[in-house]
Amino acid sequence: MLTVSHLSLSRGHRRLFSDVSFSLMPGQWLHLEGDNGVGKTSLLRLLCGLGVCEQGEVTWKNQSIVQEPENFRADLLYLGHQLALKEDLSPLENLRTDALVAGRDGSVDRVMAALGQMGLRGREHLPVRVLSQGQKRRTALARLLISRAPLWILDEPFVALDSPAQNALSGVINAHLNDAGMLLVTSHQPLSLQGQALSYRLTA
Amino acid sequence: MSAFWAVVQRDLVLAMRRKTEVITAVFFFVVVAALFPLGIGPEINTLRLVAPGILWVGALLASMLSLGRLFAADFADGTLEQMALSPNSLSVLVAAKILAHWLLSGLPLVLLAPVLGLQFDLTEEALWTLTIGLLLGTPILSLIGAVGAALTLGVRGGDVLLSLLILPLYVPALIFGAGAVQAQMSGLGAAAHLSILAAMALVAAVFSPWVSAASLRIALES
Repeated sequence: MLTVSHLSLSRGHRRLFSDVSFSLMPGQWLHLEGDNGVGKTSLLRLLCGLGVCEQGEVTWKNQSIVQEPENFRADLLYLGHQLALKEDLSPLENLRTDALVAGRDGSVDRVMAALGQMGLRGREHLPVRVLSQGQKRRTALARLLISRAPLWILDEPFVALDSPAQNALSGVINAHLNDAGMLLVTSHQPLSLQGQALSYRLTA
Repeated sequence: MSAFWAVVQRDLVLAMRRKTEVITAVFFFVVVAALFPLGIGPEINTLRLVAPGILWVGALLASMLSLGRLFAADFADGTLEQMALSPNSLSVLVAAKILAHWLLSGLPLVLLAPVLGLQFDLTEEALWTLTIGLLLGTPILSLIGAVGAALTLGVRGGDVLLSLLILPLYVPALIFGAGAVQAQMSGLGAAAHLSILAAMALVAAVFSPWVSAASLRIALES
């Protein structure tokens, strides 16, 4: 499980947030709320280990993520605002490389099935640059279906998706939660997902 | 290991889809090497004397052309972030990117150098020494360059800073690389120079991916 204790972060002289503490158990999902600019993305990046904690600690399975980063990263899937897709490669090529880099099963069948499930059948071989914004996001989100990581950290995953894609994404997340997965998510919309819901409001 | 080759393959495929970058560096090298004989004139002894230096400086500048983009594109589209979050060591993935950079910007220069060397009327032995020297030396350029590219990532005006940072570090490779050809031509034999180049390449291969990975993590913190 993920435990966050007394985390704080400053940018320059400005304190973004302080004393953030919560924990997440299998099957639970946490909705991280807060106004624009309050530091939601910074907090998520900190939890992934992309930043340095000034104070406080993040532990995964009772091990500090700073001391045992490899174990944590093997169990983590993070999707941020940047989609990490190469415009000149096709969705299939993008996700296959991505899966291999992340140490996951990047077989063609698996990636094709994931893309099909996100509604991209027939577009697997087109360059990503010709896809629409929503299709690009669907491609990035197809990573969720390839990953077997128990902890998902998603930054605004529902942005730019049409309602069929939103339903598909909710279905994927529900399956993950029913499978004892964990989810940390930011969103400005109200979310209705299965599993035990927690919420944390970030304030300055 | 599959992650390593996946990154190499991705960078090679991307370069093949957008060929201008590779061609620019190679064309730059060819043009620089072709302009000097025209400017200096047909005096054979002078040309032989300056050839090693000119070809090496040309190779050095050509391999620097594409350094600024080594990590910048991955940084901008978030691929670098995903690489940093991979359970595979970031140093290994960075080594893969450096290998791809060398295959795209170093290896073509190695293959072209003997042809361009003909313009300077270099002897066969000198051409061989030049080629072997570049084969050992261009990886040093990519390896040291990667450290500079990682350190200047996300910095405004990073490209100028990159050259200021990296060019002084290229000096030893330049001295021993060009020196090898001169030594060969003067009858001393190039073995010593080439051994030192090989040693420098090995040291750079050990430290550069590790140092680059550490500076990339710093760049990703902000």
